[in-house]
Amino acid sequence: MRQPAGKPKVAFYWCASCGGCEEAVVDLAERILDVVQALDIVFWPVALDFKRADVESMPDGSILASFINGAVRTGEQEEMVLLLRRKSQLLIAFGACAQIGGVPGLANLWDRQSIFQKVYLDSPSTVNPEGVLPQVRIQEDGRELSLPVFYDTVRPLDQVVEVDYYIPGCAPTPKVILHAVQTLLSGELPPRGSVLAPDRALCEECPRRDTKPEKLLLAEFRRPHEVFIDEGKCLLAQGILCLGPATRAGCEALCIQGNMPCTGCFGPTSRVRDFGAKILSAVASITGSNDEQEIERILSQIPDPVGTFYRYSLPASLLRRRRRGALAEGKG
Amino acid sequence: MSMEGKTRRITIDPITRLEGHGKIEIFLDESGNVERAYFQVPELRGFEKFVEGRPAEEMPQITSRICGVCPTAHHMASTKALDALYQVDPPPVAKKIRELFYNTFMVEDHALHFYFLGGPDFVVGPSAPPQERNVLGVIAKVGVEVGQKVIAMRRKLREILAAVGGKPVHPVLGLPGGVAKRITPEVQKQIRAVAAEAVGFAQFTLEVFHDVVLQNTDYVNLILSDVFTHRTYYMGLVDQDNRVNFYDGWIRVVSPDGKEWARFQAHQYLEVVAEHVEPWSYVKFCYLKPIGWRGFIDGADSGVYCVAPLARLNASEGMATPLAQEAYREFYATLGGKPVHHTLANHWARVVELLYAAERMKELADDPELTDPHVRTLPTATPREGVGVVEAPRGTLIHHYQTDERGIIQKANLIVATQNNAARIAMSVEKAAKGLISGHRIPEGILNMVEMAFRAYDPCHACATHSLPGNMPLFIRVRDPKGNTVATLRRDFDGSIHRDA
Repeated sequence: MRQPAGKPKVAFYWCASCGGCEEAVVDLAERILDVVQALDIVFWPVALDFKRADVESMPDGSILASFINGAVRTGEQEEMVLLLRRKSQLLIAFGACAQIGGVPGLANLWDRQSIFQKVYLDSPSTVNPEGVLPQVRIQEDGRELSLPVFYDTVRPLDQVVEVDYYIPGCAPTPKVILHAVQTLLSGELPPRGSVLAPDRALCEECPRRDTKPEKLLLAEFRRPHEVFIDEGKCLLAQGILCLGPATRAGCEALCIQGNMPCTGCFGPTSRVRDFGAKILSAVASITGSNDEQEIERILSQIPDPVGTFYRYSLPASLLRRRRRGALAEGKG
Repeated sequence: MSMEGKTRRITIDPITRLEGHGKIEIFLDESGNVERAYFQVPELRGFEKFVEGRPAEEMPQITSRICGVCPTAHHMASTKALDALYQVDPPPVAKKIRELFYNTFMVEDHALHFYFLGGPDFVVGPSAPPQERNVLGVIAKVGVEVGQKVIAMRRKLREILAAVGGKPVHPVLGLPGGVAKRITPEVQKQIRAVAAEAVGFAQFTLEVFHDVVLQNTDYVNLILSDVFTHRTYYMGLVDQDNRVNFYDGWIRVVSPDGKEWARFQAHQYLEVVAEHVEPWSYVKFCYLKPIGWRGFIDGADSGVYCVAPLARLNASEGMATPLAQEAYREFYATLGGKPVHHTLANHWARVVELLYAAERMKELADDPELTDPHVRTLPTATPREGVGVVEAPRGTLIHHYQTDERGIIQKANLIVATQNNAARIAMSVEKAAKGLISGHRIPEGILNMVEMAFRAYDPCHACATHSLPGNMPLFIRVRDPKGNTVATLRRDFDGSIHRDA
């Protein structure tokens, strides 16, 4: 690989995100000074003095790596992602939204029209007798104003451009971020398309691992608010649906250390094509039954399968989004 | 800073599109004065829609993804809405843990704004070169040691958020009827040490504000100038003695002359708050329902109101901790009594609140009951409907859920902090434009001055629109009466200004 003279150049950018990934970078705290020492940050809108014009004027491929967080749902984000792709040797999807769509990807269960209806017409606090909706183009007293159009569908980065590496998490932890940066700087790059976090299930690094039964069998699932949760015991063993068995490790089980189950923000391990389907099969296998009806009864205790199994990954799943026909008919 | 040679190539700015970027359209009349200026928010959140069908107990974690900058505010408003939904009263220690957690977050977030986002305008200066108006410029001005102190303080606060709530970005603490995890004696010890340090840090920050801002006549005149002044209603959460409270209490509204106009519980919000839709912005504009929407105008006859630090101080009768109360008294003594209508005074009010949050954090950290293991009351009632409120750093935040009998969300409504301020922010931007642009002459520095008009509010477009607050890109298009573009001014992420005639 071509190595530019001087310190390697990197860029940070965000798309449809919440800002948590930016906070995660700030959470490097004192260690961010080490990162600044080793790297030449040529674009980081939130913190440093560089702009889009600088990126556009750079030779193609002159940035070693661009770290992009957030999914793509607008034309502008698509343009910025294409621009950074062109200027960068490596493009890294940073965080769950960029990797697999993230929580805002649940919007793929709906479309723009149903969201408009809800927000601007049906909300109980909205007073809108004339049914005013925001318009892409609007004339007011002869003055023309415009608003951007949204895509109907949220897309992870690799549905828009080629992605070289992924850093998982909502948000990625400082440790994972640092490790990923070190890996990229080492010169010994892992296979393209790799997720830069341990390729094993979270259970293997869980502090409650020793309390997980050898053969887990569950006939009942309980929702977290319904029961007292033992702070020392495997959550699955307590009947709480924890996605640790199907989720990639690397976060150090932070939610579980907060005494709540894993919800899967680090996404799947490398051998899994559809994260939600993998979770479903993992859950089915611990129902301890071969009887279809019994499995169905147990699974029916999980009140929101789509929102649970695809909390972060709907846009990256084989489902991608609810069928438009189903949406129009009000069923899915 | 002008980069005209370069900028002609970039007429399409990120700002003209979407995702949390403010967009301003300015229209001039025949004589070159501003006829109308629009502050547009070009994005829409779909959270109210796609949370339908999700289990209510997941809402504190799902809605925190509205904003990774203030996830704790959404998390907590949501958790309190769940208490109401399940009609369950958390045990005393759970309330203390939540309030401690919340005030720790407020210290961290207010400090972030002061040093990283809003402060640079004052600490470095409103007319300083744009590339210096950032946290590095602040460090250059106040010294590297102070910079390290700020970074270390923030890290310690974030470590507490992780120890108590699992993760600092998107915590997992809240459940209906309590919190997920108790506080051990070891963690309490850690919190006590950091809380004591936080009080000293807040006092130090107040000193910085005194030295850098209040000792500078130009800055004080800027704060007091009419261009940055609006007479509106003010809203904030208060305790039983009408003192500022971030976690719980009554929502109090005072009129532009400072008199109590309303005092109500969160579940009554629909009687007081309504939202107005404009076709030229994706954000809805909150107003006081009994008064009605009268447009983007000041005064007692307009339903426009204001939230966030200045509004909270105006809507209260004091602070519940001694050092903050003293700072509150000085604030009003210096600025000419209550209420203060000067938008830029938000920066000072934010530091007063920083001090309160640190002192309150310390009070709760020292509470011997804090390690009580009984942190939850299990809900038993059938869920139906619940409303929760907190004061987010950027203002009153309301979550309202309706569920079926299994606790599955059927409907959700969110009144997000910055949305309350949307009308007054639009007015502030227009007034700054009108006050600063005239006779076809467009001063180059206008962008930062206009930016200061809304930055004082600490607008969280991460909340309102999924973007980041702070060094917000701006795109200003100046048009003649026929609608032809006279000039465009663009302020990039880094603060640099570009102009195309």
